[in-house]
Amino acid sequence: MFKMLSKMRQSILSKIESPLISCEHVSCTYGNSPVLHDVYLNINRREFVGIVGPSGSGKTTLLKAIIGSQPVAHGSITVQPELTIGYVPQIETVDWYFPVTVEEVIVMTRSKTKWWPRITIQERTAVREVLEKLGIADVAHRHIRELSGGQQQRVFLARAMFCQPDILIMDEPTAGVDVRTRHEILHLLADLHAEGLTILLTTHDLNGLAAHLPRLVCFNKTVLADGSPREVLTSKVLEATYGAPMEVLEHGGMPIVIDHGRVAMRGEGK
Amino acid sequence: MILAFDIFEPYGFQFFRNGLVVATIAGALCGLLGVFVILRGMSYIGHGLSHAVFGGAAASAVMKVNYFLGAGIWGIVSGLLIARVARRRVIGADAAIGVVTTASFALGLALMNRYGQASKSIEAVLFGSVLGVKVVDIYAVASVALLGLAVVVLGYRKLLFSTFDRDVAQVSNVRVSLVEAVLLAMISLTILVTMRVIGTLLISALLVIPAASARMTTNSFSRLLWISPIIGAVTCFVGMNLSYHLDTSASATIILLDALVFVVVYAIAGTRNRAKMASLGHL
Repeated sequence: MFKMLSKMRQSILSKIESPLISCEHVSCTYGNSPVLHDVYLNINRREFVGIVGPSGSGKTTLLKAIIGSQPVAHGSITVQPELTIGYVPQIETVDWYFPVTVEEVIVMTRSKTKWWPRITIQERTAVREVLEKLGIADVAHRHIRELSGGQQQRVFLARAMFCQPDILIMDEPTAGVDVRTRHEILHLLADLHAEGLTILLTTHDLNGLAAHLPRLVCFNKTVLADGSPREVLTSKVLEATYGAPMEVLEHGGMPIVIDHGRVAMRGEGK
Repeated sequence: MILAFDIFEPYGFQFFRNGLVVATIAGALCGLLGVFVILRGMSYIGHGLSHAVFGGAAASAVMKVNYFLGAGIWGIVSGLLIARVARRRVIGADAAIGVVTTASFALGLALMNRYGQASKSIEAVLFGSVLGVKVVDIYAVASVALLGLAVVVLGYRKLLFSTFDRDVAQVSNVRVSLVEAVLLAMISLTILVTMRVIGTLLISALLVIPAASARMTTNSFSRLLWISPIIGAVTCFVGMNLSYHLDTSASATIILLDALVFVVVYAIAGTRNRAKMASLGHL
């Protein structure tokens, strides 16, 4: 039912402008076990889309399939030609002991067009501009190890922004950061979206991040629901996604998800 | 006066001068490529390839084929076999290297036993030999060093990007597999041209120790690319001289010197900066 609705919605949208990214009938496998199964997903220009699902549901694999680093077993992923993708990996996957400074990390994205090893004055200025925009102008010459959690996330966001992308793809942008940093990142992304950037991200943070996004995709190996938080954050959809009973309340016009397992642990659930 | 005479004594021999030039260039070259070897966690590949090439060297000695041709082809075939075996996920790359290269090494040993007359040149390949160095070796190692320098300078950004963050490099249109193939080819070429001096058994150490020592002294990638070749070249140069006066194996002396540098840097870095010590997580 949800799948049908989402397909209808996407087919209407696609008539206006062809999507930036279009996944059709996509499946991926590790060995014999399927990681993605029959995924249909369109991302249109100027959208801000969050993919939510439990860990191990294939969210990262889907992103990697979109950027082309994960081979697709069946189906096809069509990315608009000439599309520049800014990718921000999960912060935990970064090798923080690698001997590079923030400036070197950001300039990396111009590896294809520039070969001269030294960072040029123009590049230095451009790096400062993007760091200033993200509010971390003073960290340019620091080693990446010397950054706080929020700064780490921003540096990799800055790297993705440096190549002036058409679409920003982020894997768990708020994993492992404190509440204040999460708010800051959310505001930053909202600003970038308001400026016309298309954003696709994954998250497991339902209340802190997902509920604030205009479009959510509930995902567990395949798309289970696709729509606004009001449409998809329902007990039925969440149970299908997470395989555990969840209750959805409303507070100030926003859905709030209650995880019953956790409530019961505190002895308040019954 | 006597001391000065002693120091310059070996320079009277052509073989020593040739060996010294080859060893010093080889030290710089291995130091340069070693940076990528340690940062990518490839030290086992260097170790494996040098053992695999030994099989090729033995086979070409027995069949009286040119060393560079025979061992070179053998090395490439071993590399392809490793890639082929590693594709089976249940085996994994490290085990694949273990299987292919030890088999190749064993084949080399068997050939050495069966056709004893070729054993002299095979031993030279195993342990390295200053005596065996010819002018052609100088040309070979110098051209590979120039090629290596060109690859690192021209490909600096792509090498750095794909080493640090493979996925994002790929999204940014860097041809990551090409970069990796070039790097592996450079390491194989380096092993091929330096093996006759340093020897199969110790060459992987030269690909790892100078770079590891250098890594503890700096957090800058570009400085690492300077410091590591300098450590490699200096230890090879000094080690060669020492080996003459101490009457020890050149390769063993060089590696012991490299290990000594490592221990000293480790001790100094340990007391000075704990954060940099964590960089050993790469090794």
